[in-house]
Amino acid sequence: MEERYQANRQIEPVTPGRTPGPIKETRPVFKNHTRQKKLDRLMIYLMLVLLSILFILPFLWMISTSIKTESQAISYPPTLWPAPFDFANYREVFELVPFLQFYWNTIVVTGLTVIGTVASSAIVAYAFARIKGKGRNFWFILLLCTMMLPPQVTMIPVYLIFTELGWVNTFLPLVVPAFLGNAFFIFLLRQFFRAIPKELEESAIIDGCSLFGIFWRIVVPLSKPALITVAILSFMGSWNDFLTPLIYLNDIDKYTLALGLQMFNGQQTMQWGPMMAASTMVIFPLVVLFFIAQKHFIQGIALSGIKG
Amino acid sequence: MRQPSLARLRRSKTLAFYLFISPWLIGFLALAAGPMIYSFYMSFTEWQVMGSAEWIGLENYERLFFHDPLFWKTMWNTFFYTFLGVPLGLAFGYLLAVLLNQKVKFMGVFRTIFYLPSIVPAVASSLLWVLIFQPEFGLANALLDFIGLPTSRWLLSESMVKPALIIMSLWGVGGGMIIYLAGLQGVPPSLYEAAEIDGAGKWRKFWHITIPMTSHVIFFNLIMGVIGSFQMFTQAYVMSGGGPNYASLFYVLYLYQNAFEFFNMGYASALAWILFVIVLIFTLLQFKFFGKKVYYEYDD
Repeated sequence: MEERYQANRQIEPVTPGRTPGPIKETRPVFKNHTRQKKLDRLMIYLMLVLLSILFILPFLWMISTSIKTESQAISYPPTLWPAPFDFANYREVFELVPFLQFYWNTIVVTGLTVIGTVASSAIVAYAFARIKGKGRNFWFILLLCTMMLPPQVTMIPVYLIFTELGWVNTFLPLVVPAFLGNAFFIFLLRQFFRAIPKELEESAIIDGCSLFGIFWRIVVPLSKPALITVAILSFMGSWNDFLTPLIYLNDIDKYTLALGLQMFNGQQTMQWGPMMAASTMVIFPLVVLFFIAQKHFIQGIALSGIKG
Repeated sequence: MRQPSLARLRRSKTLAFYLFISPWLIGFLALAAGPMIYSFYMSFTEWQVMGSAEWIGLENYERLFFHDPLFWKTMWNTFFYTFLGVPLGLAFGYLLAVLLNQKVKFMGVFRTIFYLPSIVPAVASSLLWVLIFQPEFGLANALLDFIGLPTSRWLLSESMVKPALIIMSLWGVGGGMIIYLAGLQGVPPSLYEAAEIDGAGKWRKFWHITIPMTSHVIFFNLIMGVIGSFQMFTQAYVMSGGGPNYASLFYVLYLYQNAFEFFNMGYASALAWILFVIVLIFTLLQFKFFGKKVYYEYDD
């Protein structure tokens, strides 16, 4: 590498003494600059690769432990490459806990949550963005205020309400609130809807389109990126939620994955292999989703973060 | 077409507005405003779920501040975690974002790698780090051993449990990193070009352009980081259960235990309100100290 830098240096035309002051001085600076740039780039790669290894190591560790035998899993010094590969842990996950049931529960809860969140947040956001009703500003300020309220403040009374309704140990406390909109997503979508040209709406009104018609036929199709963002974020939030299922679900066969994972923890002896096999299986759908929706994902999160 | 009167149009618009926001309105009244008022009332009662709530005035608050050493312990733990963890996370996330903002190859791969930990469910990553922090055969000690540093008992050590949780939180810094990245990409290149013409070096450009121009995202991450840090729960619940000797008993974990393990609903409500006040004070303080220094690209 060093040789190539040297070569480049010699190829560069050097014109000493022929041009007046300032240019004479910038020439060598410029030459150093390109060399410096290459060194910088090398440093950047080095840091990126080193940090990547650090970031990915825990994942490799998880997968590796999930295909180790129990004695391999707790051997010291640890080995990253299991020999032989042992997939018994994966079978054991299903024998120890009703893992398929957890999967199904999580899919039901997450599916309903995503549908509820997107539908309700979008329609409320549309009203805040476009319908000039009396008192709109007042309610909008209240909406912004609720974003700052720590959920712990309302957690206990809400728990009591759901207990009173007989909803404890059902999916209702996990799903129903999603259908009542989410302040953050409403805010995010409102910002997006406001950017849609008003002319489109006006011409639709002249054509006799109802407000809901405008929302459904014009605003929704034009807002796909924002709606996908909200869907992904609420999917992640619901798939990963731990506290709500912990509070509301009692029967093991109603557990979600996040709660079910915890079952491998805190027993007399830790079963590292099955625990890591289960973790791998919980993370897997998220990773797949991430790869499919990566572009929307990063853009969407950036979008939501910036404007927040 | 017959023109409806202006007043009628306005009234029908208002009606439509309330119809459209009715899901949120119901949710706000039933799940936010109502419970908020109720929890405020509950914080002045003694209530063990069974039986009825008994009005005890300020006793819960008195007990918190003067008779409950665990309250101060959780306060200390939470502040420690916040004041060490949040700045470290901000700096580390920013560093990663700056690295990812360079024009080099395979950037998509690097971005994915750094971002991935932050989409992992907190329970899964907690269990994974319990394994990593195992004193006998964990990866953390193996690495320390390898480079010749003293090993630690991590989650089982009173002095190391909080640093261990902070190390783990740095692994999940990708969420903030993505927001920085978006901010960095919003800095107009013309500014750098102008600075270069004026002879500014790398560091000068970084300090005088990059940081000021991204101050709004730094500020956003600071606020969100502090709020999130004060509400830390799952990791401590799963990894250490608040131990050893209450060294990782964080505020919300203590609140949860009071509400759903000891069923002291009144006391837990008082804790919730103190949390609310703390978060509010910190948010306002941050706005006061940093808010004015923040540059906003688009002012509404």
